[in-house]
Amino acid sequence: MNATPAAAPSPEATAPVLRPDTSVGEVRAPLTKKELAADHPTWCPGCGDFSVLALYFKLIEKRRLWQEKFVSVSGIGCSSRFPYFVQAHGAHFIHGRALPFATGVSLTRPDLHVFVFSGDGDAFSIGGNHFTHTARKNVKMTLVVMDNEVYGLTKKQTSPTSPLGYKSKTDIWGAVDQPINPLKQAIAAGATFVARTSSTNPNHLLQMMEAAMDHDGFSFIECLSECVEFFPGAFDGAVPRKGGSFPLVPPEHDVTDELAAYRLAGVPFPGYFGIFYRVQRPTKNALEAKINVEQQTKTQGLKSWQILARTFERMR
Amino acid sequence: MSASTAAAPAAVNGRRQVRDIVIRLAGNSQDGIQAIGGMLARLAGRTEQDVMTYMTIPSTISGGPSIFQVRMGSGEILSAGDDADVLLAFYQHSYEEHIHSLRQGGVVVFDSDHVEPRADWKETFRHVGVPISGLTVEAIGGTARDKGKNVYALGLIAKLFDLDVEKLKTLITERFGGKDPSILQNALNAFDAGYSYSLGHVLETFQFVAPHRRGVRQVVMTGNEALAYGLIAAGVRFGAGYPITPWSDIMELLRRELPKYGGTFVQCEDEIAAISMALGASYAGRVAVTGSSGPGISLKTEALGWGVMAEVPLVVIDIQRGGPSTGLPTNVEQSDLNIACFGGHGDSPRVVLAPANVEDCFYTAIEAVNLARQYNVPVVVLSDQALATRIEAFDEPDLERLCQDLPIDLTPVPEHKPYDLTAEDGVARHRAPGTRILNGVYPILTGLEHDEFGHPTSSPALHGHMNAKRRRKLQVLAATLPPPQVYGAPEGEVLLVGWGSTCGPIREAVDHARAAGQAVSAVHLRHLHPLPPGLERIFAAFRHIRVVEMNDEGVYGYGQLAGLLRARFGNPKIRGINKTDGLAFKVREIVEQLRREVADGLRRF
Repeated sequence: MNATPAAAPSPEATAPVLRPDTSVGEVRAPLTKKELAADHPTWCPGCGDFSVLALYFKLIEKRRLWQEKFVSVSGIGCSSRFPYFVQAHGAHFIHGRALPFATGVSLTRPDLHVFVFSGDGDAFSIGGNHFTHTARKNVKMTLVVMDNEVYGLTKKQTSPTSPLGYKSKTDIWGAVDQPINPLKQAIAAGATFVARTSSTNPNHLLQMMEAAMDHDGFSFIECLSECVEFFPGAFDGAVPRKGGSFPLVPPEHDVTDELAAYRLAGVPFPGYFGIFYRVQRPTKNALEAKINVEQQTKTQGLKSWQILARTFERMR
Repeated sequence: MSASTAAAPAAVNGRRQVRDIVIRLAGNSQDGIQAIGGMLARLAGRTEQDVMTYMTIPSTISGGPSIFQVRMGSGEILSAGDDADVLLAFYQHSYEEHIHSLRQGGVVVFDSDHVEPRADWKETFRHVGVPISGLTVEAIGGTARDKGKNVYALGLIAKLFDLDVEKLKTLITERFGGKDPSILQNALNAFDAGYSYSLGHVLETFQFVAPHRRGVRQVVMTGNEALAYGLIAAGVRFGAGYPITPWSDIMELLRRELPKYGGTFVQCEDEIAAISMALGASYAGRVAVTGSSGPGISLKTEALGWGVMAEVPLVVIDIQRGGPSTGLPTNVEQSDLNIACFGGHGDSPRVVLAPANVEDCFYTAIEAVNLARQYNVPVVVLSDQALATRIEAFDEPDLERLCQDLPIDLTPVPEHKPYDLTAEDGVARHRAPGTRILNGVYPILTGLEHDEFGHPTSSPALHGHMNAKRRRKLQVLAATLPPPQVYGAPEGEVLLVGWGSTCGPIREAVDHARAAGQAVSAVHLRHLHPLPPGLERIFAAFRHIRVVEMNDEGVYGYGQLAGLLRARFGNPKIRGINKTDGLAFKVREIVEQLRREVADGLRRF
């Protein structure tokens, strides 16, 4: 009863030897915000990341995920403090490497939904290589990048998404390096789910998180999340109540059309919000599980030591 | 042959009896000399002989000179042998470069189609020219890449040493069978032709003294294979790596084998991703492995520190090669001890083990996994290029007893505090994600200094307590380690201290020195960090301590283990015998260094 469709282990996935939770069948109420809140967030008042945390709680409540069904993983940065604020299993890994860490969790534990929380520096700068390769391998997990276009934890240095001309402590005359476009990078790398949202639009953010969670594969959400301290007003142009606009991905957009998605991703700020790209491609989890099924046909019914003994027979 | 011929019985059936022989095969890397070297090694295993091999890999992509040396015999073999009894040279460059690896009076069998012998060398070494290339073509017809002459040469060697032809043919069939049947037939024809070639009129032939048969089955493999299978036996079911020589063999093997056990090995985008992914799998409840060589180890150190801080079990295999930087990719060195013990920023205690030979690779891998689990700590296993590639025969392990599966326990618990400061052994206890914790308080694993639940703290006092806790568990472990055994007398003039792949040559050096009347003993360390108990007492019984290691003598005149031992014991008797020529220690190099210093009255102090 506590296995929602999204949290259920994929049937083809490698089943680790697990001693199952004996509480299956017990009637449990959804987790409340109170039960889910852990440390008081260390973010500055007004930070966009609060909204992502609040909607994560809502997602868990709405989708009836219990703590034994998911794990929150992060790297380093303001946004990456995330797991401390969630009363659930979590890991706060090193700078830039949350994705390979999460891959290790995802590939060994098909029973868990893996959420990764990251920032623009963590995901696209120091962790840029891992972003590319986790996307191309289509490892099952959800990555939410809180993009504030600045290094906040280290107090205002240029980030890989800082716009040209942005004045930071490392670009006192204004940023001169071309910023990257995370959506284009994700599409080019082979991500199978690419969406964009903003911390200022809670309903949209929740909608994107739900869709990402339901996607069987690597799902990536770029969430604009303002740094009120070091880049205030960065996203005002995408906030209707501040005179901006929040254009949704046009309904006629074909989310399976890679080139159309790429073009849409190139539209200047505020650009579009919604799902840019979504296709089904076998996950690495499923492909590895398939290899294992094939390889294990030869060793069926044998204990580990007997499989190894067979190998050693050929080494005499 | 050289050392033991004297003690061997006289000729039997016209064949001189020998206890052990060293054969060096020299050619180019595409000649298949590794293949026939491997077959000789396996033959030794199947006839209960001892065997050790030594090979060089050319660092070029394809081609280039390559050698394979096999030492096989009826007694215990400790090293690949300083000097060869027989050199098989395929080309002029093989002949010229390796003739001096022969002992005086040794035999060089050369391919007279390619090699022009030198008159001055004919006086020192016995020369036997065989038109190997031509006769191979005669036997099996010409092939594009001169194939088959390796097997022809194997036939010659079989004849020379009266090897078991039936067993060799079985090995040839195992190797070449399954492909195109004509390939196997050609191989067997080439072997028969080589075996039938009449050496009798030019050279005496030999026969091994019958080995002492114990009726124990032996397996024959390389150090890298032994490490990889040891990991599988220990229950490792997840690994991640990035290709680098000489570690790659292990990742290739695990990639191929783990799926049979329901496991997975992932080739990652880089070294950092590899250790990160392994740590993720360990966090998720597996004990995962990663590994590398040279620069790859440097890249992994930050993430290794996370494993220490978060107290997550992990096995890191380091197949050492020459450094720093890209260094000597295909040569041996023992210069990663410092990075293994101390690499990374901050105080980060971890466990470091070093296997002494191929058999020990298998058991050390198992020990590494068990220590990682028991102490929730990263364990670095230091092998090296020489040990990784050499082949040895050893008693088949009792797999039924040794193999373990490591299920993930997700039984709900009432409460959970991973970093309990009151734990006497200092070890953190984890509950894998997916475990329900009934009081609703869940742990975070982090690289930040943390409180007992894993939540960050900047309390200076807590940092001190947590540092002490992480240190304490290694001290607890150290107290459980077996004291090392002294090889030779428990007291004397000089104690040689070694670690890793130098075990065999050091023991042989001790045998030589003792035979020459010198009071020399040795002690070999498998546990390098923490060190085992009892060393102080052992050291006290010798006047001089010489740490034999393949690394530089350093700014202060001693190598990496010597430095560690000096720091630990503050003992000025500790000095080093070091070298960094990229080749394994020869017994002679150790003996001569000792002799010089003993003659010198060991006055270097």
